Amino acid sequence: MTLKIKNLEASIENKIILNHLNLEIKDNEIHVIMGPNGSGKSTLSKIIAGHPAYKVNDGEIYFNEKNLLELAPEMRAHEGIFLAFQYPLEIPGVTNFDFLRLAYNQKQNYEGKNEVTPIEFMSLIEKKSKELEIPMEFLNRDLNQGFSGGEKKRNEILQMVLLQPKLIILDELDSGLDIDAMKIICHAILNNFSKNSSLLIITHYPRILNYLKPNYVHIMKEGKIIRTGSLELIEQLEQSGYQSVL
Amino acid sequence: MVTEKNQQNFELKQVINQPYKYGFNTDIESENFPKGINKSIIELISLKKNENSFLKNFRLEAYEKWKTMKFPNWSNLDIKSINFDEISYYSVPKQKKKLASLEEVDPEIIKTFEKLGISLSEQKKLSNVAIDAVFDSISITTTFKEKLGKAGVIFCSISDAIRDFPELIEKFLGKVVSPSDNFFAALNSAVFSDGSFCYIPQNTLCPLELSTYFRINDKDSGQFERTLIIAEKNSSVSYLEGCTAPKYSQTQLHAAIVELLAFENAQIKYSTVQNWYSGDNLGVGGIYNFVTKRGICLGNNSNISWTQVETGSAITWKYPSCVLLGENSLGEFYSVALTNNYQQADTGTKMIHLGKFSKSKIISKGISCGASKNIYRGLVKIASTALFCRNFSQCDSFLLGSSSTASTFPYLESTNPTSIIEHEAKISKVSDEQLFYLMQRGIKNDQAISLLISGFCKDVFTMLPMEFAAEADNLLSLKLEGTVG
Repeated sequence: MTLKIKNLEASIENKIILNHLNLEIKDNEIHVIMGPNGSGKSTLSKIIAGHPAYKVNDGEIYFNEKNLLELAPEMRAHEGIFLAFQYPLEIPGVTNFDFLRLAYNQKQNYEGKNEVTPIEFMSLIEKKSKELEIPMEFLNRDLNQGFSGGEKKRNEILQMVLLQPKLIILDELDSGLDIDAMKIICHAILNNFSKNSSLLIITHYPRILNYLKPNYVHIMKEGKIIRTGSLELIEQLEQSGYQSVL
Repeated sequence: MVTEKNQQNFELKQVINQPYKYGFNTDIESENFPKGINKSIIELISLKKNENSFLKNFRLEAYEKWKTMKFPNWSNLDIKSINFDEISYYSVPKQKKKLASLEEVDPEIIKTFEKLGISLSEQKKLSNVAIDAVFDSISITTTFKEKLGKAGVIFCSISDAIRDFPELIEKFLGKVVSPSDNFFAALNSAVFSDGSFCYIPQNTLCPLELSTYFRINDKDSGQFERTLIIAEKNSSVSYLEGCTAPKYSQTQLHAAIVELLAFENAQIKYSTVQNWYSGDNLGVGGIYNFVTKRGICLGNNSNISWTQVETGSAITWKYPSCVLLGENSLGEFYSVALTNNYQQADTGTKMIHLGKFSKSKIISKGISCGASKNIYRGLVKIASTALFCRNFSQCDSFLLGSSSTASTFPYLESTNPTSIIEHEAKISKVSDEQLFYLMQRGIKNDQAISLLISGFCKDVFTMLPMEFAAEADNLLSLKLEGTVG
């Protein structure tokens, strides 16, 4: 499964956010995109996932030889794109359990498999929750409603572990996480990371990269990737800031 | 950007515009009175039903009052004028004699109810729900009569009650909603044809959920049913009504009265799932649902709880209310009102606190689609003698259609300083971000909207009897489901 982004230009309300961006992510690779605020990192993740507010003016996004720009967001999800949101949305009145089962059954449907009953799903989700040290009472609460920042992020990764996506995009996963939670979450991500999956990390802070070691480091500025390197680029960044690499 | 927005609106429209499933009509012979209302029509109704002089006078007095009253025009609703001489006030499926058992009911009528998902054959139906089915003006059958009889519970059509329990009828009929209460109450009191009657004796918990199913079939007839529920000291009952009608291009009037009386420590839970025909997508036809529902908590520690899911009718105009006379009594109102196309709903409640330490709780959820109008109107009144009362109200509106409106009119009157009234209101729209989040997890647009709405209504759905909570959720999803597939 390869993600190929070519010459992508995208805008919102006539303001150009991505400016002829190129990126290729292959199986089993971990990429990180860093860059100053407003460089378009989060926008890129939303456009890959199909957020309707952004308009793609030019360029293409292919995943697994499929033209993502022609697919609705839920179809992109079925193709294996998963975005862990920087700010997961609260859905009042819908329990986490019902939501997770619905999402899981949509995937089952798409793959031509039988839907699972609530009882079957209970044992499945119990196992996954343990991996992330999520207490079961968490599942009876309304989706993300009143969750702490850390709980929301943990819940995002629970969804990821459940849906077994092919391309995992982590948008500022480390914000709102303490060290212990970060270790647990990163451990679960790596446990579920396979030869057929890839990872795109979007972050401000290199802290998370101690746990998820990237093969490629990209620096983004004004809507395009201006430098690509290895982990050394991070060290340089940590010592001298963005000014030194831009 | 613009085209994407349009695309989304288009999908929303598809999602909401599910055609009405219950719009068929049953071809049976029926006996109709000539259209119009006058003294002899009312005498004829009374005669047809073999009523005693109490009932006949009750009707005639109500008619005299009605003649002096004017059609109310204080609401924000857009109501086409109703010609009361064009309505047939009595329509009965033609039967040779009084029905003794289900076998004698016209199989066409049984089929109609089965199409509606209401099975009247006792062995096949919901295991612990007793049903009274009202077809046009007359009650067809009441199931599980025997089992209820053993517990001492009376559950029958109001016509049967008038014949068999005249003392109860004389004592309680019209005592909560007097015939002069309002225009439609007076009309109903004059011409009501049938409805349900429940009497729960002292120290009795009703062993079954009671349910009435109302169906308007005839084109020119109005439906004027009347429900009376009495819960004696230390008793408890849960009652549910469901409603459908065929599609006709002219509007039809439904003006019902529901009266509830709860004595000391008694509890009445009254639930409604209203899905009358709402008119077509241009606003032609549909039912005018003008209903007076009121309960009185007479005894100390009594409780009346109204739950309604209102999805049908061209116009819904009703305020199920509680008069809290008993000390420490409790009144509750939980409502979901969904309006689409040109539907109008002006609904809410009145909580009248007269007893000390009485409490009330109001949860109202309005969902407006298309070009509909959805109004919450509620009164909380605390009398000067009603010390230490509490009220909590929460009114949430959800806008789905770009040309729909949602309004909230709370009237709060408190005349003593020891009582507390709290009111919260909020209006929200479907958030693109929430939809995107759900879709990113593989959930289709229409399912995502259904999920958001069902979450929005959860506080109310959980108040419905268990057998019907899932049904209400399905009904709402059905109303919202995509027309494709």
